[in-house]
Amino acid sequence: MNLQAKANRRDEGSQASAVKADKESIVVRFAGDSGDGVQLLGGQFAQATALANNSLATFPDFPAEIRAPTGTTYGVSAFQINFGSRVIRTSGDQPDVLVALNPAALKVNVGDLRRGGVIILDTGSFTARNLTKAGWEMDPRASDALSDFRVIEIDISQHTLEVTKPIGVTQKEALRSKNMWALGLIYWMYARDPESTVVFLNTKFGADSAIAQSNVAALKAGHAYGETVELSGDLTPTHMPAVAFEPGEYRLVSGAEALSWGLLAGCQLAGLEMTFCSYPITPSSPLLHILARLKQFGVTTFQAEDEIAAACSALGASYAGNMGITASSGPGIALKTEAIGLGISTELPLIVVNTQRAGPSTGMPTKTEQSDLFLSVWGRNADAPMPVLAARSPGDCFEVGIEAVRLATKYMTPVTLLSDGYIANAAEPWLIPSMSDYKAFPVTHRSDPDDFHPFVRNDETLARPWVKPGTPGLEHRIGGIEKAYDSGNISYEPENHQKMTDVRAAKIHGIANDIPDQSVELGSEKGKLVVVGWGSTYGPIRRAVSNMRDQGLDVSHVHIRHICPLPSNLGDLLRGYGKVLVAEMNNGQMLTLLKSQYLVDADGLLKVSGQPLTIRETEEAIRTRA
Amino acid sequence: MNVQVDPDVLTAKDFATDQEVRWCPGCGDYAILKAVQKTLPELGVRPEKTVFVSGIGCAARFPYYMATYGFHTIHGRAPAVATGVKLANPDLDVWVVSGDGDALSIGGNHLLHVLRRNLNLQFLLFNNEVYGLTKGQYSPTSRLGQRTPSTPQGSVDSPVKACVLALGAGARFVARGIDIQAKPLSEVLKAAHRHKGASFVEIIQNCVVFNEDAFTDFTEKAVAADTQVHVVHGEPLIFGKEKNKGIHFNPKTLTLEVGTIGEDGFTEDDILVHDETNPVIAHMLAGMDLPTFPMAMGVIYQNPAPSYEGQVTDQMDAVKAKGKGDLDALLRSGKTWTIN
Repeated sequence: MNLQAKANRRDEGSQASAVKADKESIVVRFAGDSGDGVQLLGGQFAQATALANNSLATFPDFPAEIRAPTGTTYGVSAFQINFGSRVIRTSGDQPDVLVALNPAALKVNVGDLRRGGVIILDTGSFTARNLTKAGWEMDPRASDALSDFRVIEIDISQHTLEVTKPIGVTQKEALRSKNMWALGLIYWMYARDPESTVVFLNTKFGADSAIAQSNVAALKAGHAYGETVELSGDLTPTHMPAVAFEPGEYRLVSGAEALSWGLLAGCQLAGLEMTFCSYPITPSSPLLHILARLKQFGVTTFQAEDEIAAACSALGASYAGNMGITASSGPGIALKTEAIGLGISTELPLIVVNTQRAGPSTGMPTKTEQSDLFLSVWGRNADAPMPVLAARSPGDCFEVGIEAVRLATKYMTPVTLLSDGYIANAAEPWLIPSMSDYKAFPVTHRSDPDDFHPFVRNDETLARPWVKPGTPGLEHRIGGIEKAYDSGNISYEPENHQKMTDVRAAKIHGIANDIPDQSVELGSEKGKLVVVGWGSTYGPIRRAVSNMRDQGLDVSHVHIRHICPLPSNLGDLLRGYGKVLVAEMNNGQMLTLLKSQYLVDADGLLKVSGQPLTIRETEEAIRTRA
Repeated sequence: MNVQVDPDVLTAKDFATDQEVRWCPGCGDYAILKAVQKTLPELGVRPEKTVFVSGIGCAARFPYYMATYGFHTIHGRAPAVATGVKLANPDLDVWVVSGDGDALSIGGNHLLHVLRRNLNLQFLLFNNEVYGLTKGQYSPTSRLGQRTPSTPQGSVDSPVKACVLALGAGARFVARGIDIQAKPLSEVLKAAHRHKGASFVEIIQNCVVFNEDAFTDFTEKAVAADTQVHVVHGEPLIFGKEKNKGIHFNPKTLTLEVGTIGEDGFTEDDILVHDETNPVIAHMLAGMDLPTFPMAMGVIYQNPAPSYEGQVTDQMDAVKAKGKGDLDALLRSGKTWTIN
């Protein structure tokens, strides 16, 4: 077999023999050992898919450990991608295709595979030892464990070793390229051009290096294999037509990237420099890494000694006149609550980004959840209200980042921005905005010493002036002790404390006049049933409601971005529906908030498993109520 | 004759607020406040560029009495807040005021890191060996056996020596003063301010209500000369009423000893000359304690190193020199595609 010659004709070949996909979307899940490079494999396929103008959503699912012992089930790393010719909003309930690079990957993931789905497995890794490590009592290929699926067995390991032998890398190094072999085959399966990955590999490793050469060789070999071997009975290359995207310039963006850039955009629109202080914690750390490389924008990043120092130094930076931002996940946010309270008492701007993960306590660091709503809305000592926003998708993080800066600076308050592990790591195509699309909200630090009192408030916003230390004539002292209404001097006076409590609450409540009314995502403002969500459940709820409406059910979708204060029309809006169903990945936190705020008889679809909400379970919940 | 007062020359009054000072009558904090208010104008600093950051405690009320910028934060966290202030504006002159509980108990971690990182600020630790504000519990510097509301049978905690801890954290400037010794205290404050980097100053402070006279064994006038050694860089470590006692380093035991000139063959040549840049000497001096040794007062260690915020600024400037960032370009970096 002259693989090389065949590979040279690969483009024409695979495109020509490809059939159009018979569904609007396909879900592929790659899974392997943590050392197998599954995330790289998935990321490359996502990029190539995006370049082919398919709509897509990704879901990387990694283990908490850095590198668990090879071949174990807790070391399995997976990457799921849902791509299609219509707008894709979720990473897919169930994979249609499972690429399992070792027995453990098969064990962990086969349960999710759609009945009739395809398994591509690397037989080379199905040794007796690996099967035992993975917990297979019997080799699944020999039993009926896989009878519901179409199994394609390929010795990916062996093929990779063969094609990389002439390059002279060690066996261990060679096997690290097997992910590229698998990618090559998948490219062929979906009529994709591997060229973008060839360029990526050569750029990343240097075209002359052995590592680049073996990876590229493996990639091309996998692709050629599809071409030449008689797989067509099992797999015909499938062409997924492009989506009619709105015209514009697009890129793939992850939530972490969009959030970092959105916060920076907000700072630019406010005319402020950013001081970002955080402590490494999964899944928040990428924000620190991304911003640490943006010094050319005047962004200062600080890896603090602990979570509390991160919040305190961010607050100190805001005190000094910058936009202080801190970021963490559940357990770290819990530590920051006292510092946030100080920010609320001294009425300083501060942004607290919480990329939520499964809890309580250490929980499941790499699994997603949205269970910090209570913590965000109420989690300080005493009556300490603060605005809370939630992003609903990777691209939405950009908009919400800007909004967080706007609110924090206009109202002189800490603001919580909620994201989650799923949003942070997932990627989707994003219509790139231009900074000229946004209205600036420049911040003025007060410089006039005449008649200055640190706690005299703006009539409209109830915000106090923001003074930069260094400004002559405005020297003053602030602190966390209760202070007198205008002067800001320490006061224990009973009526004053009531007055200050009331004005702090009124300031936050007044933000409801400065945010959009709650809109309806899909459906109508009155009806039999409304599904309410917030955060990353946007995708599955939207798709489920759309599917159910297509089947004639009267159901609408409302998705909340402003959790505190809630939009002023939300109560009336909810009362317009016969039933209210809150779907969320926690044990009923938004449900509780809405019931307590609006005395509405809502019930919940509550999923706390560390996995995203699925379209199917949302559809079922709708069907039983509509 | 009309005396023209130069509006740019400030006095102690210009650094005092109109707030009624609420420390207990007789509290050592009054003396320290006076010393600071007197020293700042002598240093020629500007109130608008000066920021006092404190945590929680009696000591932490300090900023309210200084007519500068001030931030009264949360227990133990002043160094962390101060770090953020310096990162946002390295030109601000930041003083952190903290008590022994605030700095060494809950704040121990942040103290360690602000010293290790060498932020350019002055850290004043008011050590009264007790928790004053919360009514007298023992603190990390309280002596073994101290009876307090939370240790009625006497504390079994071994205390930490603040200056030794500071040196262990990597501090480049460590000094000690006493609340009622105004002149040496002012000298130490000036030296701390002159030193570029984290300047750690332990100020022995008397809590008149909960730990009165805890330090009289070396602060009382009658014994002070014999129980304190004022260390000066380049000068021999001589002390005593007659100025005839000296600190000697014994190379056989690797310890310090006290000798009296003229006794047992001890001469002036045996007396150690202070070298403030020598960390080994600094550790030993910081660890000296009664009854065997006098307490070391003055600048124990001074060995400057680049400040944290200075290095952060340098890195930032190096990147900015290559060109300012363009956010629209950043959003379009990497792989993009256009739909028409």
